[in-house]
Amino acid sequence: MVRYDSLLASLGHTPMIGLPNLSPSADVRLWAKLEDRNPTGSIKDRPAIAMVARAEAAGELTPGCTVLEPTSGNTGISLAMVCKLKGYKLICVMPENTSIERRQLLEMYGAQIRTSPAAGGSNEAVAVAKRLAAENPDWVMLYQYGNPANAQSHYDTTGPEILADLPTVTHFVGGLGTTGTLMGVGRFLRDNVPGVKIIAAEPRYGELVYGLRNIDEGFIPELYDASVLDSRFSVGPAEAVRRTRQLVDDEGIFAGISTGAILHAAMAQADKAVKAGERADIAFVVCDAGWKYLSTGAYAGTLDEASAKLEGQLWA
Amino acid sequence: MAIEARIPTILRNYTDGAKSVEGSGQTLGELFVDLDRRHEGLRARLVGEDGSLQRFVNVYLNDEDVRFLGGAETPLSDGDVITILPAVAGG
Repeated sequence: MVRYDSLLASLGHTPMIGLPNLSPSADVRLWAKLEDRNPTGSIKDRPAIAMVARAEAAGELTPGCTVLEPTSGNTGISLAMVCKLKGYKLICVMPENTSIERRQLLEMYGAQIRTSPAAGGSNEAVAVAKRLAAENPDWVMLYQYGNPANAQSHYDTTGPEILADLPTVTHFVGGLGTTGTLMGVGRFLRDNVPGVKIIAAEPRYGELVYGLRNIDEGFIPELYDASVLDSRFSVGPAEAVRRTRQLVDDEGIFAGISTGAILHAAMAQADKAVKAGERADIAFVVCDAGWKYLSTGAYAGTLDEASAKLEGQLWA
Repeated sequence: MAIEARIPTILRNYTDGAKSVEGSGQTLGELFVDLDRRHEGLRARLVGEDGSLQRFVNVYLNDEDVRFLGGAETPLSDGDVITILPAVAGG
């Protein structure tokens, strides 16, 4: 059944795609969950719709309300669509070093953008949003970094979908941003698949993004619980771009750059399983498609040129 | 035994601006002690008095977060690369 009463109702149930060319053997297989097949084209539709529903159920969001959110892009785009359909005003606080397509999509959906400085990356966006929330007590900040509905949406939907399509799953690899995907899917799989490994791939940006004034200004999302993870890898732009292109070349999947970082960590797990002589079904998330990142230059020119262009940008 | 340690911008005041420095040690904790001999004060920014990593400091051994490897007790080998980064938000 692929008929739905509205766009919102079509959320989730995304395809799980085998990667016959990138998988090392019949016993060690890679599987891509295509989260770009969601209403606004990213995995963030799941937490965005869940956070709005939770705030409505709690009576915090009522018709005419203004929603506020710090976001580097996808969560804002998802919220902008939901808020448009439901009649809320949306203000997104977004770092200035994000791709032009993300801004255009937000504006198209009618969101207002407040820009935060590039130095400090999303840390600054969070700080600015918290300040705005304190100054405007009638605005509703959903706060994806600490909202339990974010992780819960993945526990309730993404996790069960993965298990239903791949009952033999041995590894799950996701991107670490708000940590919502990994916390939610990770907990669900741990509750249902003995011995499953949960692996985080964290984007490593250029120096500008780590340009805090003081190390004590560091930020760890309130949702993060390290005990859900087995390991965590830092992946730089060169590897992320290389794997993003490999996914197009070998499997025909046109994904965003953060997916390349996740694939890099997934392929390392595949190598490990091959060396250990173990069977593995490694599921990973394709967070979004590549459309929003074409202007970054990640898909053209040599790998060196492409990763140099990503320096200083929030590419994940 | 040479190990390369990559230093974030915010801690380069301890390394005369150097992006990367070399040190030695059988474990990550020993490496920090060794680095502190030439870059005094650096170690205190990375680990607390009990030797465990500071909350907002992430350290990666060949790109893997050492908190999942053994923290300060993580064994090191010649040619390893350590990357130190402050914890920042994603999403």
